Amino acid sequence: MRYLVRRFCTLVLTCWIALTVNFALPRLMPGNPAETMFARYQGTVSPAAISIMELNFGLNTKTGELGQYFDYLGHTLTGNLGISFSFFPAHVSTLIGEALPWTLGLVGFATIVAFLLGTTLGMVAAWRRGTAGWRRASLVDSALVPFGLMLGALPSFWIALMLLYFIAFKFGWFPIGYGLNPGAGIASWSGFVDLIRHAALPAITLAFISMGMWILLMRNNMLTVLGDDYVKFARAKGLRDRTVAYHYAARNAVLPVFNQLALALGVVVGGQVFIEIVFSYPGIGFMLLNAVENEDYPLMQGIFLIITLAVLVASFLADVLYMFLDPRIRMESAK
Amino acid sequence: MNWRALRHNRRAVAGALIFALFCLVALLAPVIVPYSPSDINFTPLLHPSASHLLGTTENGEDILSQLIWGARASLFVGLVSGVLISLVQLVLGVFAGYVGGAFDMVAVAVTNVFLVLPSIPLLIILAAYLQGGGLLMLIAVITITGWAWGAKVLRSQAIALRERPFVQAARVTGENRSHIVFAHVVPNMLGIMVSNFFGATLYAILAEAGLEFIGLGNINDITWGTMLYWAQQGSAILLGAWVWLLAPGFCLALLGTSLGLLNFAVDEIANPRLRRD
Repeated sequence: MRYLVRRFCTLVLTCWIALTVNFALPRLMPGNPAETMFARYQGTVSPAAISIMELNFGLNTKTGELGQYFDYLGHTLTGNLGISFSFFPAHVSTLIGEALPWTLGLVGFATIVAFLLGTTLGMVAAWRRGTAGWRRASLVDSALVPFGLMLGALPSFWIALMLLYFIAFKFGWFPIGYGLNPGAGIASWSGFVDLIRHAALPAITLAFISMGMWILLMRNNMLTVLGDDYVKFARAKGLRDRTVAYHYAARNAVLPVFNQLALALGVVVGGQVFIEIVFSYPGIGFMLLNAVENEDYPLMQGIFLIITLAVLVASFLADVLYMFLDPRIRMESAK
Repeated sequence: MNWRALRHNRRAVAGALIFALFCLVALLAPVIVPYSPSDINFTPLLHPSASHLLGTTENGEDILSQLIWGARASLFVGLVSGVLISLVQLVLGVFAGYVGGAFDMVAVAVTNVFLVLPSIPLLIILAAYLQGGGLLMLIAVITITGWAWGAKVLRSQAIALRERPFVQAARVTGENRSHIVFAHVVPNMLGIMVSNFFGATLYAILAEAGLEFIGLGNINDITWGTMLYWAQQGSAILLGAWVWLLAPGFCLALLGTSLGLLNFAVDEIANPRLRRD
């Protein structure tokens, strides 16, 4: 329980930090670029909307910085992120609400697949290597390590481009972009198939890119564990290789890897942004690019805030799950 | 750092060779390019041939020349950002961890703030605000977003080393703090620092290419990222100009893998349990 409370306090604190950074960012930029944006939208957007946005960006206001800050916190906590200029008069929160499910589905699916596949491969690599002395040369390990390194070094947008060109465009196995065919709904069976077909390539790309990290982390952890005395003892008892690998070594090696899940989410989200851009996928990353290209600063700031908060909440959930997996933390908090 | 171990590590040797090859190409670029990379007077969209080994772009530029020239930008941004990130980590990670006190508290607070912010979205936002800047702007935003994780790792190492007898002995003999940090602490964590440097360089190269690909760099620079930007803008996919898409990304992947190999190999040597007995 104490662990949970402590973790929750950290979550609240980090969310507050994210909010504050989001407030400070446009004000720290040289020449406040938001000012040019306001000049550009002066005629097209209602004066009332402009004055709200000016408050959010700290322009033409008599309120002091501190007053602005509290106004901003109040607005944000009640879900008011302002009004988008490029999609005027839509609210930023509505736009984000429409885009978020696409991104969450993709990131969630790809992360789970990459984690399961990556840790399994890492385990096999370490086991083959750790036992190579008395079984066989560890070809698997020598192949998997450079493979994992290469996956981590690949530019995600380029892999997306290559899959788009060869698999979607040349062979025509999958659609070349967007989330659904025009006019399709996901309520029917054919709509659902359409949804999956559109999500397939982006999801595969993301899973592929983020798998490398898990292979290497799991392999290195497993090698460390294989050096421990209890593994040697298990082997000396004459237990089968498989039993030692799964029931002794891997179970202990996977825990610290799982603990990295929270940190990895930030990286995965980064790859996701580029992949959505290449596939014109209607998620939050694609919307971020639109906001950047149209100099729609309210939408841009809103998306950045939501991505940060989503990563923070997801890492909190990963830590809670970790508590259930690791008895040592449960014991500590039971005290 | 064990240089002999490094020479006998196949991954380190492979990584170093590929990396050196790219450095050589970048240095010799003005001599070895077949044409000027900004010359736009060739027939557009030629397929690979003897006179244009990788063909030409939609704007009539020679792809091979652009590719060779692009190595310079990637290595420049990568290495400069790598050095800057390492310096920030040295001050806010190693030094702060060793010195402790108020300076350390501030450093930890700043590090934690940057750890919380997802780096790629922050990178995009910063680049969007600072639009129009070229490579130097990219180096600045990459450094700002890329140092935090390494600083945290180095700090915990520095704290562990602070209590080791040989460091305590140096303190008792009255050495000054910066001397102890550079003469006793840093040499004992050089492995991790070098490994971090390669990691930071890799991050910088991928981040630069990514930002340029979405048009947030200076689109008139000749780099692998802008090559992919123009390929995307010029609908290289629909025109079937696959070499134009394939080549810059392949170079990025190869250079990135070489840095990954170096990063991993140094880590492997610094951590005895990962080593083959």
